[in-house]
Amino acid sequence: MRMMNETSRMVLSAVALACALPLGLGEALAQERDVKIAVSIPAATHGWTGGVVYHAEQAEKEIEAAFPNIDVIVSTASSATAQVSSLEDLSATQKLAALVILPFTSEELTGPVEQVKSKGTFITVVDRGLTDPAIQDLYVAGDNIAVGANTARWLSDQLGGKGEIVVLRGIPTVIDDERIKGFSDVIAETDIKILDIQYANWNQDEAFTLMQDYLAKYPKIDAVWANDDDMLLGVIEAVDQAGREDIRFALGGNGMKQVIEMVKEGDARTPISTPYPPSMIKSAIYMTAGQFAGQAPMRGSFKLDAPLITPENADQFYFPDSPF
Amino acid sequence: MTATTTTVAAVKEGRRIRLGDLAPFIALAVIIVLGALINQNFVSSANLLNVATRSAFIAIIAVGATFVIASGGLDLSVGSMMAFVTGIMIMTMNALAPALGDWAILAGAGTALIVGMLCGLFNGVIVTVGRIEPFIVTLGTMGIFRAFITFMTDGGSLPIDRSLREAYRPVYFGDFLGIPYPILITLAVVLLGAFLLYRTKYGRRLTSAGSNADVARFSGVNVGGMRTSAYVIQGFCVAVAAICYVPRLGAATPTTGQLWELQVITAVVIGGTLLRGGKGRVWGSVAGALILEIIANVMVLSDLVSEYLVAAVQGAIIIIAMLAHRFTSSR
Repeated sequence: MRMMNETSRMVLSAVALACALPLGLGEALAQERDVKIAVSIPAATHGWTGGVVYHAEQAEKEIEAAFPNIDVIVSTASSATAQVSSLEDLSATQKLAALVILPFTSEELTGPVEQVKSKGTFITVVDRGLTDPAIQDLYVAGDNIAVGANTARWLSDQLGGKGEIVVLRGIPTVIDDERIKGFSDVIAETDIKILDIQYANWNQDEAFTLMQDYLAKYPKIDAVWANDDDMLLGVIEAVDQAGREDIRFALGGNGMKQVIEMVKEGDARTPISTPYPPSMIKSAIYMTAGQFAGQAPMRGSFKLDAPLITPENADQFYFPDSPF
Repeated sequence: MTATTTTVAAVKEGRRIRLGDLAPFIALAVIIVLGALINQNFVSSANLLNVATRSAFIAIIAVGATFVIASGGLDLSVGSMMAFVTGIMIMTMNALAPALGDWAILAGAGTALIVGMLCGLFNGVIVTVGRIEPFIVTLGTMGIFRAFITFMTDGGSLPIDRSLREAYRPVYFGDFLGIPYPILITLAVVLLGAFLLYRTKYGRRLTSAGSNADVARFSGVNVGGMRTSAYVIQGFCVAVAAICYVPRLGAATPTTGQLWELQVITAVVIGGTLLRGGKGRVWGSVAGALILEIIANVMVLSDLVSEYLVAAVQGAIIIIAMLAHRFTSSR
């Protein structure tokens, strides 16, 4: 908003006024940007968080353009400690109507967020829950179990319930455990055998190396699942280099744009993905803004589903300008 | 195969062969034999070539690190520097691709070498002219280079232009007489490094600067200059590694080269170079890099250990190898 010229600002304000007036918010409109919504997120250190920063900045622009009384402040932090400090700075210098936070870690951020809440701030927690769920007014998250389970169901259907597969997992965390659990619980009900499962730390290079080793170890593999699209790119390079034709499916998850492009093009080996979209931060900011702009009640928990991304619906999950 | 060539060369180069100097190569041989016993797929030529090819990055950077450590320095920034050089190189190639076509790859590689050497020079000058501990200086530049690549990629990935992909791919995936290019490039870098360190006046001065700076200074060696030049060589090696790395996945990401500095230092130390300086073992460093990569490979090929404990076993093997080294060299 700050960067826009005066004319477009006035036009947008007029549009927003016209939209907001019927809702009877005359009082709030009298003042200029008196509702401050702080957004605290991890800095862009890898693909997924890069996407979070991108979508938060997009939401800031769009919300400020749509609602002239709302000021969105996006703050990134490179560690849990830095995030605590930035929370203190944000809440000490101004009165926050709402805080949208994607916590680095649950334990370390619970206390500081509670502090912010004690000043009467509306709390929206995204992705990683706090240790005490009573603190949050609104909770928005993806479904990691579904990321694994939906992929496993699709794969099982395609393989006719039998076959031999290998799995690459990420960094030992709750997110990784949930995806693996969702996947292996579904696979356990079929005759599909998981030949091997190893950590590749959500890293393309490590995934390439690990896949080369899998290929050397097993002469026949029906499918491979990397629980993140970043790793999938490394896996595909390794399979192509070895020229192995036995691998019918190479699947990932997360909805990285390069992989969505493959899905859109109808790639035979990677025909689907599952979203765990960084755009969930945008959903959360919009819902929080709804609480203040339209007085639409927004308290509760909201779990984004992880439907299969197929060539038909891929456009909904495709953000060509996002880094992820 | 690579193992035998390195061993033969090491025997040729040393005039006085001591058991201690051979320790890294013995360890390498032992691990290869163990690997073969654990899973026969290990000795398939496809697997051995894969492992040797992908250890090229660490091996090439380790040659440079041998110079830095032998001269009494240390460089923690190599992993981040590799990522940064990769990023600059990809941006250069992408910008020049419309004008130069495939020649953009050469231009990018040239830029990478210059940027790499400048990064090394920067480290070296701050260490020697600024008189700051190398550990602190390179810890700082490690953060700086890592932040730069994160900034350049917006936290996502920076891929090379699709039109260059096919022309450049063979640099990693191609081979000459059955030997993949990265292995040949590693051999060239190692031969050059070994010649420079063992056969030239420069190499002897560099080692003397690391062994005892005061004595070296009294005998007319420009200690600061020697140490700075070692960092420039390190930067050059990092750039060569980057040139081999880009065609593999065709992209730079903020996690490119993460923690490689530790693998590089481990490879150098396993190879027999003293961390306190004054002694460099170029071929040993390459053996060290191969040992690390083969241990990881064997871990995946064997079903002996739970996926949760792989890192513990790798750590234990490295310590055992070092203890064996100490035991053999003290005799």
